[in-house]
Amino acid sequence: MAQVVVVGAGMVGAACAYYAARAGLEVLVLDRGPVAAGTTSRGEGNVLVSDKGPGPELDLAIRSVRLWHELGDAVGHEALELEPKGGLVVATSEPALTALHDFAQSQARHGVAVEPVASARLHQLEPHLAGHLPGGVLYPQDLQVMPVLAAAALLRAARQLGARVQTGVDVRGVETDGAGAVRAVVSSAGRHPASAVVNATGTWGGEVATRFGAPVPVLPRRGFVLVTEPLPRVVRRKVYSADYVANVAASTEGLETSVVVEGTRGGTVLIGASRERVGFDETLSVEVVRRLAAQAVRLFPVLAGINLMRVYRGFRPYCPDHLPVIGADERVPGVYHACGHEGAGIGLAPATGLLVVQQVVQRLGAVLPAELGDLAADAPDLAPFRPSRFSALADVPETA
Amino acid sequence: MTTSPSDGPGMPGRADVGTRRAYDVAVVGGGPAGMSAAVAAVDAGARVALIDGGSALGGQYWRHPPDRALATEVAGQHHGLRHYRRLARSIAAQERSGRLDVLTRHDVWTLERNGDHGFAARVIDRAAATEQERVVRASALVLAPGAYDRQVPFPGWTLPGVMTAGGVQALLKGSATVAGQRVLVAGTGPFLLPVAAGLASAGATVVGVHEASSTAEWASHPGAVARNVTKLAEGAGYAARLARHRVPYRLRSTVLEAHGDDQVQEVTTARLDSAGRVRPGTEERVAVDVLAVGWGFTPQLELPLALGCATRTDTDGSLVVVVDDEQRTTVGGIFVAGEACGVGGAALAAVEGRIAGAAAARALGHDAPVAARDRRQRTALRGFARAMHRTYPVPEPWLDRVTDDVLVCRCEEVSAGRLREVVEELGADDPRSAKLMARVGMGWCQGRVCGYPASCLVAHWTGTDVDPAQLASRPVATPVPLAALAGTDLDEPTRT
Amino acid sequence: MTSSLIFTFAGRPVAFRPGQTVGAALIDAGIRSWRTTRIERRPRGLFCGIGVCFDCLVVLDGQPNQRACLALARAGLDVRPQEGTGHDDLAV
Repeated sequence: MAQVVVVGAGMVGAACAYYAARAGLEVLVLDRGPVAAGTTSRGEGNVLVSDKGPGPELDLAIRSVRLWHELGDAVGHEALELEPKGGLVVATSEPALTALHDFAQSQARHGVAVEPVASARLHQLEPHLAGHLPGGVLYPQDLQVMPVLAAAALLRAARQLGARVQTGVDVRGVETDGAGAVRAVVSSAGRHPASAVVNATGTWGGEVATRFGAPVPVLPRRGFVLVTEPLPRVVRRKVYSADYVANVAASTEGLETSVVVEGTRGGTVLIGASRERVGFDETLSVEVVRRLAAQAVRLFPVLAGINLMRVYRGFRPYCPDHLPVIGADERVPGVYHACGHEGAGIGLAPATGLLVVQQVVQRLGAVLPAELGDLAADAPDLAPFRPSRFSALADVPETA
Repeated sequence: MTTSPSDGPGMPGRADVGTRRAYDVAVVGGGPAGMSAAVAAVDAGARVALIDGGSALGGQYWRHPPDRALATEVAGQHHGLRHYRRLARSIAAQERSGRLDVLTRHDVWTLERNGDHGFAARVIDRAAATEQERVVRASALVLAPGAYDRQVPFPGWTLPGVMTAGGVQALLKGSATVAGQRVLVAGTGPFLLPVAAGLASAGATVVGVHEASSTAEWASHPGAVARNVTKLAEGAGYAARLARHRVPYRLRSTVLEAHGDDQVQEVTTARLDSAGRVRPGTEERVAVDVLAVGWGFTPQLELPLALGCATRTDTDGSLVVVVDDEQRTTVGGIFVAGEACGVGGAALAAVEGRIAGAAAARALGHDAPVAARDRRQRTALRGFARAMHRTYPVPEPWLDRVTDDVLVCRCEEVSAGRLREVVEELGADDPRSAKLMARVGMGWCQGRVCGYPASCLVAHWTGTDVDPAQLASRPVATPVPLAALAGTDLDEPTRT
Repeated sequence: MTSSLIFTFAGRPVAFRPGQTVGAALIDAGIRSWRTTRIERRPRGLFCGIGVCFDCLVVLDGQPNQRACLALARAGLDVRPQEGTGHDDLAV
């Protein structure tokens, strides 16, 4: 019998399952599709502190970056294709540079390592950057992983610790006891007794939450990624323009694009980023492709003669206030949410997973093993991420 | 807008595009189906653009050398070229009359909807000094993207000198180039015959044709056989030529391995039992400088898929587009003809193209009679194609002969061992997950070559049905220089 | 039947017939491979012959990643073998 069922075999679900297994819990992971087939396979594998202003998400990100390093030690850097390559944010105008510097200073006060980079030094860092950029900021803490491999590696490690993973299983709801608490998860594969269920279904988190009787508003925000032909290393870090941050926080209806360029282990260069609210429309947008191509070539002129080989798209899960939903849902004791990470899911997965597992362990009346307890110490305040912030039940006291 | 003068049957002129004017019908693909569709649509009164990536029309089946003198010389290689010449003359006349624009060396990288009732083909003009993106707008589309050789991996298949049967044929047809001096032809399907016969006629020593299936299957499809006597006669013609050149033709035989250091020098052949497994003790080594291998064909579907056309799995295991009697797909305004509806050869492709072109014109209000003869021919030829597919399946035991060190993905150099590792260790239980984790299909060819074998291997190892759809979608149908998409006129990129 | 049209391959003259592709001319000249793969550095030449497999990539007049099976040969063309991605000069 599982103590905790994790719904969703993407990066966040994998992190939840891994930490739960490390905590000695009986874990069952269910996903209606294959491993990492959702948004995990549609991003770039970013683990960033650079793009977050002071606030709860940044705190989570700083913690999560540390945890990624620990995961690299525990599971193997190669298995995750973890690269501590750092991030370089460039400004394309003087006003943008001033704003970037101000932003970086506020981040620095919150514990982010920042290094302003003068115009002349930009080309030492990234020789192929366009000329005449006024300057930028280097963020040495930014990392990249290969998200599908990393999620698969975490699930494998969880399985080695006793967790079970069942793909092709559609979760339909939960069964509750007389007190309204979870006592089983019901799926297309049958009934799974459990005391806790984690909703780690990303962009489908809203739908699954509804099935649990604990709705949360998670909506899709479409993004495209361009993939080039294989190249030797031409971009050393993740490089993006300073307007990326403003785009993430924007609430406009239309298309937002900004330029994000990075290399990969496989040799391809990935080019982003776009954000649109078009529901789950998978149709290729030629306009987005052309805009992203133009932006990338302006930032890295060497890419002009390089071929686009592939485009993929994904749907970032977002909540109306652009913060994820993490933690226990008071409406149905035993339900935990871990979704809505809007483009930061890969980066924030370990911190999310560990926080949720801490809560689950507490609920089950157990204790975290010492090594995990150390990692979980000084947990950030989960209030900004609480599920109840969306409902009329906001006044119900928090229970684990 | 000017059209350059036609150079005669072999050389339709290049049109100057980049115009905002929309066509009635855009035909994508200039092989037998596309050429036939374009002619039929123009005959019915439509304004048509015919788009093809090659330097000349004809596709694969009607590949020919551009120089007319050379064309006569290799006439023996060109089955059906008379039909091509007839269509090419019609096309040239239609171009001169201004009702047809032919855009050769234009690769379509994607299709999109254009307003409520129309489509836009985003094309790259490969002949421009700096490759440019252009847009061709049309109210209706006829897609005839054709097919390419299907392959299965085996030890040594990446050695230079191991080529597809289609590649060897393209060399012969395109420029009377003989791929090697000692050639062994292997695989399955009637296509092996013209390849071997063509090589033999061109002076190569064809050391043998090794057909994996047993043609005794013919007996179970008498109806299809009767309706296609001419096709059989062709088969007999090839067989006669092989006999004349003393080329051994073996049934239930295949190639197990290609040997060599930096190019193929020998191959190992073996006999197969009725289930396609190797009969122990029948292995033989043969010296060759070229190995030509063909296992049927895979339709190229990324363009129909880009606009959401429904597909199904055909008798030969290939993913094909679902079409009705008018060659209509499930998407209004899009017609598909030729191999993309089911591999079936040039004659079938031409018939379907005629039907599609007329139907597309009719859908736009033009007058085009429904040709009952075309429909009868299509039925007969499709029956023949189905019989061919059942007679020449890819024998499944190849799956067990792929050892860990054999490359499955040639572009990304991914071994079967690595593919099996992601399936068995990392939970990649479907082709898409396997692609993401092992990188099969992520290279230049975007899974065209490894898609079929990778899907089969994943299904084999997971005990599931083969899903040919997962690796068939390619939003970017051909590599596109980023500068062409950026829409700016850039000179040669400056290297910083 | 033959012509005096010549291009150079790695500095050596290669004859071709009008309308022949670079790949076909190289094959006629007995050259079976003109590229090494980027990971294992293994030789490749023509495989599918019709522009689908991208095995036959070669450098034409300084431009890498040209499919030899599609590129028409012309007099004076500078054809060179391709190493790996063909863009090693861009590595940083």
